[in-house]
Amino acid sequence: MIFTRRRSAALHVAILAAGIAAPFVFPAHSVQFAVFWIMVLFALTWDAMGGQMGYNSLGNITFFGLGMYICAITQIGVVYNVGEYTAANGAINVHFTPVQYFQGLTLGLVLAAIGATIVAAILSWVLLGIRGPYYAIGTLGVAIAAAELTSTWNWVGGGQGIAMPVFPGGPGMRERFFYFACFVAAILCYLFFRWLYRTRFCLAVNAIRDDEDKADALGLHTTRYKTVAWSAAAFFLGIAGALFGNMTGFVEPLETAYPTLTFGIFMIAMTLLGGKGTLWGPIIGATVFYAMREITWTYLLGWQYIALGVLIIVNVVFFQQGILGWVKSKRPEWFGVKVEEEEKPRREAARPVTTRKAANA
Amino acid sequence: MLENVQILTGAPVFNIQLLLNGISVAAIFALIAYGLGLVWGVTSVKNLSQGDMVMTGGYLAYELGKHGVHPIVAIVPVAAIMFVLGWIVYRIIIRRVIELDLFTSLLATFGMAITIQQSLNLIFGPDVRTLKSGFGNFSFFDGSVDITQIRIIAIGLCIVLAIAMVAFLRYSRMGQAIRATAQDPRAARVLGIDTDTVYALTFSLNAAICGAAGVLVAMVWVIAPFYGIGYSVRAFVIVTAAGLGNLAGVIVMALVLGVVEQYSGFVFGAQFQQATIVSLLLVILIIRRLALLQQRRSLQ
Repeated sequence: MIFTRRRSAALHVAILAAGIAAPFVFPAHSVQFAVFWIMVLFALTWDAMGGQMGYNSLGNITFFGLGMYICAITQIGVVYNVGEYTAANGAINVHFTPVQYFQGLTLGLVLAAIGATIVAAILSWVLLGIRGPYYAIGTLGVAIAAAELTSTWNWVGGGQGIAMPVFPGGPGMRERFFYFACFVAAILCYLFFRWLYRTRFCLAVNAIRDDEDKADALGLHTTRYKTVAWSAAAFFLGIAGALFGNMTGFVEPLETAYPTLTFGIFMIAMTLLGGKGTLWGPIIGATVFYAMREITWTYLLGWQYIALGVLIIVNVVFFQQGILGWVKSKRPEWFGVKVEEEEKPRREAARPVTTRKAANA
Repeated sequence: MLENVQILTGAPVFNIQLLLNGISVAAIFALIAYGLGLVWGVTSVKNLSQGDMVMTGGYLAYELGKHGVHPIVAIVPVAAIMFVLGWIVYRIIIRRVIELDLFTSLLATFGMAITIQQSLNLIFGPDVRTLKSGFGNFSFFDGSVDITQIRIIAIGLCIVLAIAMVAFLRYSRMGQAIRATAQDPRAARVLGIDTDTVYALTFSLNAAICGAAGVLVAMVWVIAPFYGIGYSVRAFVIVTAAGLGNLAGVIVMALVLGVVEQYSGFVFGAQFQQATIVSLLLVILIIRRLALLQQRRSLQ
């Protein structure tokens, strides 16, 4: 087994150290690194439904945008009239004292997380009560409708968007502050799902994925599990949205808050690439995808989105297990799976017989 | 908003206008939804790229129009091209996901939707386009009710296509095979039906229907690379409410959707169109959920 307790701890410490060092070593790229942690968070939250439970949400981005808007309105609302602020299209430059700013931000983050969770719980009553494909198409519709409604709602700035309060602090401080905020959010998200997947919850959710009718017949409250999983995802997505809105400094419905065509698809592509239904798969997927994206995106000249669609198709049709799943099937012994070699006929490579299922790698 | 309601109650003629528009909208929606329901029923693949296939049809007709082909004539070659494209897509993608679980096929078609819309965007640009059919208007009630002739023609063509489809499914040998496969693929295989060909044919037929619908959409309204998703959602709303293999239900639901959309567009403003469709979907899902609860209660 490659991931002994000690090696695993060393890996965690290494990632933690790299995460802390990154903005100091590459100060010019703090924002890119911050977005990377948000990507990790995206993939982890998407996998909670799409991978572990097999319920593919195509509109998880709704909670991201929702969190962004709730936080923005709260931050402005604590010191100023929101309607007047947005009507002026950024002409009003409200001066926030540092205390006001951080109070507003903290309150905004809390409300964003709670608001997104509540909306997820309400939506899941409608969308999750019925099984099957309605969930996917319903979530996609909700994301589109949310973007459209927000862009027609003038009180929150409509299609013009909202200019966020200016960060109090010297140059470079803002990037660093939000980098660490995103980093901490991603870590919290990881720790939460790591804990969650070690409880009975993981078994229940996997049972729903494998056969929902049987899980139901065994007495699992399937709808309750689905609601909890989605609300947990929404909680972290709300926080991510609130942070991202402050980081970009400008909130606008179609491109930043509800980008169904970019972030909304990225989270699916990343999880599929890394290997859905595992804890580390989404993280690996996010790393590979984001690195690829940052390196090749500008050279693809408009082809990048087609490549994105093709990536999803190829992934789903030909490479279902993802990177981590592929490694697992090639090297099961790395994950503590004992392989019994078939002794007698050596026709091909011995078919691995799984004796003990690996825990989530 | 309230003024718009007053217009409707004050001048009832406007209602006729909205209803007429709603019916012409509904005919095309019904066609698209019927194709979706056909594939759904036979192969159990929920095609999320339905709307994008419609847009592809529209753009093919646009391309043919550059060479002087009239849009109505273009329906035939476009449907043929889409049939072939559908067959290729089936061979490469759909065939491999048909036996897998439901969400795999959903994600695969979602990937197809992205690929198609982005390809269209790259080839034809993001601009909104329309096909000129060169027909005039019909006017009633001294010009207060106005409907373009092309809409009437579109309704007629939809009816013709629908009748052709139903006749094909009911009377031809292949149609019988398709219906048998929809009922029970395993039994159909045992009885010697080549289900793989049936699946391929069903998917390609749906692509052809989408192509024809796309030409009509391009004539009656406009096409743009990113409008496809709206049609997919509409088709899903209709099929969800009507149930599978229920042609009458599809037509009725398409009429309801078309008329509701026209009215809400008039009362609330056109920018709420997508939101209206989605709320309609949510309402239908809530109704189904309540019905399900009722059923469970009666079982207990």
